[in-house]
Amino acid sequence: MSVWSKIKRAPSPPHSPPSRGLLLLVMLIFLEGTVLTLGAASSPDISAQDNTGGHDHRGIAGSHDHTNYTYTKKAFPVLSLDYHHIQVPFEISLWVLLASLMKLGFHLIPRLSSIVPESCLLIVVGLLVGGLIKLAGEEVPPVLDSNLFFLCLLPPIILDAGYFLPIRPFMENIGTILMFAVVGTLWNAFFVGGLLYAVCQIEGTYLSQVELLPCLLFGSIISAVDPVAVLAVFEEIHINELLHILVFGESLLNDAVTVVLYHLFEEYSGAGEVTPMDVVLGVICFLIVSLGGIAVGAIYGILAAFTSRFTSHTRVIEPLFMFVYSYMAYLSAEMFHLSGIMALIACGAVMRPYVEANISHKSHTTVKYFLKMWSSVSETLIFIFLGVATVAGPHAWNWTFVSVTVILCLVSRVIGVVGLTFIINKFRIVKLTTKDQFIVAYGGLRGAIAFSLGYLLDKDLFPMRTMFLTAIITEIFFTVFVQGMTIKPLVDLLAVKKKQEAKRSINEEIHTQFLDHLLTGIEDICGHYGHHHWKDKLNRFNKKYIKKCLIAGERYKEPQLIAFYHKMEFKQAIELVESGGGVKLPSAVPSQVSMQNIQPKKLPPPVAERALPQFTKGREEEIRKILRSNLQKTRQRLRSYNRHTLVADPFEDGWNDFLLKKQRLIELEKKMSNYLTVPGAIPDSPTMCRARLASDPNAFYNIKASSDGVPTIQVDLASPQSPDSVNMLNEFSKEGQGLGQREGGADRDEDQGLMMKPAGKGEKGEEEGGNKNPGLMRCLSDPGPSNEDEEDEPFLP
Amino acid sequence: MGALQSLSDEPEYRELAEKTGFSFEQIGILHKRFKQLSHNEDMLRRADLDTIPDLACNPIRTQIIEAFFDKRNFHQNGDGTVEEISFEEFLVVMSHFRPPALNMTEDQREKVRREKLRFLFNMHDTDNDGTITLEEYRHVVEELLSRSGALGKETAKGIADAAMLEVASISIGHMEPDEFYEGITFEHFLKILKDIEIETKMNIRFLNMDTTTLCNRDSSSIR
Repeated sequence: MSVWSKIKRAPSPPHSPPSRGLLLLVMLIFLEGTVLTLGAASSPDISAQDNTGGHDHRGIAGSHDHTNYTYTKKAFPVLSLDYHHIQVPFEISLWVLLASLMKLGFHLIPRLSSIVPESCLLIVVGLLVGGLIKLAGEEVPPVLDSNLFFLCLLPPIILDAGYFLPIRPFMENIGTILMFAVVGTLWNAFFVGGLLYAVCQIEGTYLSQVELLPCLLFGSIISAVDPVAVLAVFEEIHINELLHILVFGESLLNDAVTVVLYHLFEEYSGAGEVTPMDVVLGVICFLIVSLGGIAVGAIYGILAAFTSRFTSHTRVIEPLFMFVYSYMAYLSAEMFHLSGIMALIACGAVMRPYVEANISHKSHTTVKYFLKMWSSVSETLIFIFLGVATVAGPHAWNWTFVSVTVILCLVSRVIGVVGLTFIINKFRIVKLTTKDQFIVAYGGLRGAIAFSLGYLLDKDLFPMRTMFLTAIITEIFFTVFVQGMTIKPLVDLLAVKKKQEAKRSINEEIHTQFLDHLLTGIEDICGHYGHHHWKDKLNRFNKKYIKKCLIAGERYKEPQLIAFYHKMEFKQAIELVESGGGVKLPSAVPSQVSMQNIQPKKLPPPVAERALPQFTKGREEEIRKILRSNLQKTRQRLRSYNRHTLVADPFEDGWNDFLLKKQRLIELEKKMSNYLTVPGAIPDSPTMCRARLASDPNAFYNIKASSDGVPTIQVDLASPQSPDSVNMLNEFSKEGQGLGQREGGADRDEDQGLMMKPAGKGEKGEEEGGNKNPGLMRCLSDPGPSNEDEEDEPFLP
Repeated sequence: MGALQSLSDEPEYRELAEKTGFSFEQIGILHKRFKQLSHNEDMLRRADLDTIPDLACNPIRTQIIEAFFDKRNFHQNGDGTVEEISFEEFLVVMSHFRPPALNMTEDQREKVRREKLRFLFNMHDTDNDGTITLEEYRHVVEELLSRSGALGKETAKGIADAAMLEVASISIGHMEPDEFYEGITFEHFLKILKDIEIETKMNIRFLNMDTTTLCNRDSSSIR
């Protein structure tokens, strides 16, 4: 392939990255254009050449079979070119490669992605590629074939959206979303269709052959807000959660309405009339389509969750189950002409909580990244294909029709949103303001679904199909380019609330849960069964029955708050690993608060009382002696010494990694109950399992204390009041070693006894005092005055 | 039926409406509920609230019931607890859960937020010293997790301690080792929860129309 080699030899000049990116872009477009031209050129011939190609191959080898045809011996082909053999996968891969490289290129160019949304750029690229192909004189391949679109390109995007759908805001606003999706789409369809028909009847537009039903059909196609376009644009503007979920939820749920309307009008356009009976049937069809789609999705979701319960021994194929079940849900729904989109959403949303509790951390990451990858590629491809199809498709431009369409769509959207909000606000607790309404109206983008639906129309039944397609494409371009590009500055101009990027803090989590229960309680006192009551009932039902079936092991008992807390600890531990350490200077860190600051000034009961049976006073003395003998550093915090602070003192190099290593041993041996923050008796808790699987002892070797200065919440609860604190001493007795260990030499100035440090591994590690290198052990504070030991005033002088 | 009755008590209701912001219909419905709970007496006691069956499975029911009898929630600058409350006080406590009006200025919104957070704060601060100490916070988390069974006090303690640390570091920042953080004051409480947008979350829908059918003395009402 000379083209390939030519491009390969093209120099990569030492430009700066942006211009290199541009150069790469241009090269790639040229490359793809030429190769695709080749491909396009060959495609009409493929059927003809297939047989001859096959014959050639077979002929050369098996000429001895028949002498029916003359066979002249040629030289043995050392190197041959057979494009048709691999043509279809090759072209597909080429398109995917083009899409991905485009995406790459856009982000190399610094300011482009902030001005123009990606979707616009991709459409432009599609236009260019289509133009190139046309220039080469070849027929542009019909890339946005409806089958390809609906069966291959759309499902990954919808699955990604459904799986990561934020359930809580979605459910809280479900009434509003349904209103917009169902009533809003119906209104749009009839308004646009009806008025278009009226316009068509006006003399002088040469459109009088367009009848009512095709107009209504057109209206229903064009009125649906498109999830792909909405996702593409809204992702970049980071708008607040409520608005995002309103527009996005609407775009997902209006699929059912669109499907029903489309089929209804398409069926009856031939007949030319719709009777009231048909309308009733249409309504029933709508209910069946939507509820049926959801049911199909839910069934597959439960199947997936149930399957994942048993996959603990075959972790490698866990992600596969999820993808396959979801895809089958989509296909099953499409088989019955139910709403495939709603099936996918239902499947993803239903299976997620159970599957996440069952699968390993790595599988979870795999699922997440695969979904994101596929949906990203799909989205890119869709926009590029839109561009190509624009160049390719036969167009019938009619100024009146197209312009009226665009205007009407905008007008009907605004009227619809305003009118519906007026009604909805009567039922909402948190009303939608005018700004919100504007964003919802303006964010109603149309996209490739409309185009594909138009493409599906039968040419014979709908002679004005090309005109429809032109109008649809114009509308898509208008919304994506004009509205897509201007929505970001408008959001800034109107000062619409943006998404809160703040990390969820544990206080917020506690209070969210608290609020849930509080509001449920107040509703019960008021006596009416409101929103919270039913949610609470559902949760309890879920916990009692469903989780038992679908979640493996003991994990189903974990309440949400604890799961959240585990996740947080785990995240911090991972952050610690990834930060790789670095000496943390406490003085450089502004917010340092340690446990001692919050522990109340109470005199704890004397040691003997707290001793566990296994632990004797004699052992304790032994340990203290060892500590004393290993003292190397007197600390300022003499007053606050107690054996617990010793353990927790993290300011030596390598302390943490030792702790972590030790902790892993312990965890694996399941010997020590974790007395610190989380009872260690749940070895199967998902975070722990993931920790075990995901973590690698070697990864922790270079850990120093977290250097990012963020007040990581490490709760070292070596509080003397804790009866379990003696477990630590128990460990001492087992190991017979002292408490501290230091592996590095760096000596850090520490003012606080127990510093905040990453939780998770570290904290569990603290508990044990045993160590591997007694030689390196050094105590961290002066255990000299024995009264100090008795005093056990934990953290305060 | 409900509407007519409420109109007959109009002057009393008007005063209550002004004080708490409920509409007449809402007050009427709540009054009916109050009478139902208190078995047609004038004063409501803890035992009456305890009999609500749905409340039995709520992990924080004791705190919720206590909140009704806490004088600090009556907006009269009182202190301590009472044994029984009148309808007015019942209504005042309920008014903490009213949704904010549509068009509010930023100041009004802030005021509403403070009021709601104050209610929450009072629920946590059981000994009424103006701060939520570590013990009190631990108690809160323990109660929250009490229904979940398995994990018990240690986890609760851990979570509460972590939360406390977080508050301390957000509010105070650097602390000397010998300084002691007594507890979460109201200002700190406001600070850590300012991202929750409590004025949009801590609301319940109060009925405007009487759709409940009164049963007999049974405390549960059916919609």
